[in-house]
Amino acid sequence: MIAFLIKRLFHALLVMFVISVIAFAIQDNLGDPIQQMVGQSVPESEREALREQLGLNDPFPVQYLRFASNALHFDFGYSYVFNEPTTEVVLRHLPATLELVFAASILIIVLSVPIGVYSAIRPRAWLSRFFMGVSIIGISIPVFLTAIVLIQIFAIGVSWSPFPADTGWGATLNGILSTDGGMPAYGRGNPTHVFGTWYTNFSSLDGLIYLVLPAISLASIMLPLFIRLIRAEMQEVLQSEYIKFARAKGIPMRRIYFLHALKNTMLPVITVGGVQIGTLVAYTILTETVFQWPGMGLMFLDAIQRSDIPLIVTYLMIVGLIFVITNTIVDLIYGLVNPTVKLTGKPA
Amino acid sequence: MALLEVNNLDVRFALRQGDVRALRDVCFSLDRGERLGIVGESGAGKSVAAFSLLNLIARPGYIAGGSINFDGHELTSMSDRALRKIRGHRISMIFQDPMMTLNPVLTIGEQMIECLKAHRRISSREARAISLRKLEQVQIPSPDKRLDHYPHELSGGMRQRIIIAIALLLDPDIIIADEPTTALDVTIQAEIMALLLELCEKHNVALILITHDLGVVSQVTQRMLVMYAGRVIEQGPTREIINDPQPPYTQGLMNALPQMATPGSRLNQIRGSMPSLNKLPSGCAFHPRCDFATRPEGELRPACVDQVPQFVDSGNCQVACHMVAEMQQAERIPVEEKQ
Amino acid sequence: MSTTTTTAPATTAAPPSRWQRFRDSFLFYSFKRDLVAQLSMLVFLLMIAAAVFAPWLASMNPYDLAQIDILASELPPFWVDGSDPMYVMGTDAQGRDLLSTILHGLRVSLIIGFGAVILQATLGVCFGLLAGYMGGRIDAFLMRVADIQLSFSTLMVAIIVGALVKAIFGGATFSDYAVWLLVLIIGLAEWPQYARTVRASVLAEKSREYVDAARVMGLRSRRIMFRHILPNTLSPIFVISTVQVANAIISEAALSFLGLGMPETHPSLGSLIKSGFDYIQSGSWWITLIPGLVLVVVVLVINLLGDWLRDVLNPRLYKG
Repeated sequence: MIAFLIKRLFHALLVMFVISVIAFAIQDNLGDPIQQMVGQSVPESEREALREQLGLNDPFPVQYLRFASNALHFDFGYSYVFNEPTTEVVLRHLPATLELVFAASILIIVLSVPIGVYSAIRPRAWLSRFFMGVSIIGISIPVFLTAIVLIQIFAIGVSWSPFPADTGWGATLNGILSTDGGMPAYGRGNPTHVFGTWYTNFSSLDGLIYLVLPAISLASIMLPLFIRLIRAEMQEVLQSEYIKFARAKGIPMRRIYFLHALKNTMLPVITVGGVQIGTLVAYTILTETVFQWPGMGLMFLDAIQRSDIPLIVTYLMIVGLIFVITNTIVDLIYGLVNPTVKLTGKPA
Repeated sequence: MALLEVNNLDVRFALRQGDVRALRDVCFSLDRGERLGIVGESGAGKSVAAFSLLNLIARPGYIAGGSINFDGHELTSMSDRALRKIRGHRISMIFQDPMMTLNPVLTIGEQMIECLKAHRRISSREARAISLRKLEQVQIPSPDKRLDHYPHELSGGMRQRIIIAIALLLDPDIIIADEPTTALDVTIQAEIMALLLELCEKHNVALILITHDLGVVSQVTQRMLVMYAGRVIEQGPTREIINDPQPPYTQGLMNALPQMATPGSRLNQIRGSMPSLNKLPSGCAFHPRCDFATRPEGELRPACVDQVPQFVDSGNCQVACHMVAEMQQAERIPVEEKQ
Repeated sequence: MSTTTTTAPATTAAPPSRWQRFRDSFLFYSFKRDLVAQLSMLVFLLMIAAAVFAPWLASMNPYDLAQIDILASELPPFWVDGSDPMYVMGTDAQGRDLLSTILHGLRVSLIIGFGAVILQATLGVCFGLLAGYMGGRIDAFLMRVADIQLSFSTLMVAIIVGALVKAIFGGATFSDYAVWLLVLIIGLAEWPQYARTVRASVLAEKSREYVDAARVMGLRSRRIMFRHILPNTLSPIFVISTVQVANAIISEAALSFLGLGMPETHPSLGSLIKSGFDYIQSGSWWITLIPGLVLVVVVLVINLLGDWLRDVLNPRLYKG
């Protein structure tokens, strides 16, 4: 287990190293701090002096080491646009994104496991076919389109009247097809302050309502993937000899499904799925853009449009760190759940 | 009345191209404490027979007809709930590959205790005590530690011992062992077989042993069943069949044993191979490979091609073969002369 | 069994024609029985045809400013009050005929989708073959790169690369070469999918007899890889290619939606959706939702075909 842990940590450090090199290369080639610090009018000689003073003429490895040691202190310089340390800007936007990802993850986990398991156990039931049909449609709809459709239906409202409205049943059917809208679909509302830069949407019903549409649309991309993954893995497990043997032992089906099969199903789901939850952070860029959710994704896109290089670099490093942390945690959970990891250091 | 009686068992697999019949008209019986061997080439339907006894054949397989009577209960029409109480409790199974049979994420103890708890109202402590005793019976060293181990921490031979212990947990009436030693190292095969035999004798458990190893069958079982392409070809006391195989197929199986070949010469083989079940030859399914069905002039015997052979008594055995039937009609020619 | 059967087909009987062999194949058999696959294929072919013939099918050229009537902007489609019979699906905010713009947008989306997949497949297959066949350090290095890239999510990589490319080239140049740059970006972001699959099947194939036989015969490793191993990894490549085309189209749409893709003057389906999104609050839902529907239908039929192919060609099913 110790060897496994060390191996994972080493891997994590390696990934962070690669990310930091990329981030540094971006900063080095695209960002010219002199341009930002002084105006156009300053003569070239003065710029050169400043350049020398800041160490911008040092060789690449020296500059990288300086960048890396600053990065270890979470010091990535000043944002061009906000004129304050980039870390502070990112920290201000981080809670909104994390809360959104958290809410979406809850939705995904709570829905995908029962649906996936059900449709693996009863592959021919009409409900399973329905779930499978919906999930393939779900995979085919881009996140931002889901978000737009949700806004149209629940925030703006839809009025359809294909049925004659002067009859009682027609009016009822039209009413079912139409929605009033009115759900909030813009920003976070008034989240409650917790501490530091952390404001939460989870503490009040009003806050939660703001979270509903963004969380659903963020979950919409992963939910079908998870359902299909869980179903496929579970079906494969159900074909295995040990499940047959458990049946031959006379174990009740419920225990076979939810202990024997599910525990084995969850192993690959944890590896694949854990990583996917990390990548939800990437999809927040799209969701936050549509809902103007004031998180890191929106901030990042803004930084791109304004060429705020230090902020882009900080975002990359922080998101990289989030990915690495989730991946490492997922690996550790996997190691804890899978008994075969202990001996070999590698899943059998 | 026999402990287990199987009559005209008919098992099919519903495939896209239509039903494939994996077992036809399979009849046999088993007494308390008796040991029965089922032999045949791979694909003959031995394993299907084993799994269908407990109605464990996987979809798209299903039991299409016949009866399985166990101690007064009709298993083919029994509800799944009632069958579950028999599985592992009164009839238990040993699978072929011990590396695949135990659940990799549950400890040995969990997998034993859950079996006891599924059939008896019993405390965990008692269940653990019983499990320990069974592990001792199958000669597992330091059984107390093993209970908390996961399957991957044990060798194949160890695992098969544990599976035997699980099969014996509830003192069943019958154990069905589906090629219990084929996946093991040659060196431990005999050990495991001897252990299984000893425990069955000691506890008076009936054994259905499925194997393609005629040597094992002759050592372990009292009666045997020879299967070909989903049908029983011959059944009777093991010793009689081994010493004096009647239908050409059983003879072929015997001659194929390495010890039957003269040293230095090629091993004897039955020519051709087992037909696939969805393209079975007409009449006797063995006729394209049978020396008897082909006359010296090269044409085929019409009876073998057209008619499914019926069982005839021959000594203490029952045989489904046109050749044996014809010879009986021709008033018993000694078998030695024919060869 | 003869080890050369894969390279030398029997020539005793007159070989059946390709078409004949295709009609006898299991692929065709299962296609005939699967209504969903047939419908998907039909819609898919219609979409391809619409994209190919877009310049002739469209009633106007949306890239030609002279044909655009700015007064006719934001007209609804024909079934909504206030529509103009000249514009069946209505017009967008700039007064372009929506149907014509969608046809051209579909063309752009499909070109980028297929182009990116060709690039991904080329990169991924080469790296995958190399990693699987060579093993050792090359394998470890390539797979580590693939791991890192995949753990970052391909969309994230595409967004970052897209942002960088845009920053390097500048907005105007980016717009001029957007199609090729998007092919490049999405191709670079998603090659690991192929590399992993190909590597896995190479490792499976490598242990087979025919590869040993080829090596014993003294064939060079490049020849063994491309002539002997690659053909046997084709069916997994084929299966993931369908999914990857769908993914590439979605990725392109996502990039365009974020403003990192096709410019609005030369829109893909994604940038059409983006341009319409600004008007959804004012009630002009069609500018964004009709292109959205077309996008979903294209991706859906490709995914359905991919699902069907996976069921039919399932490599695991055949290799046991």
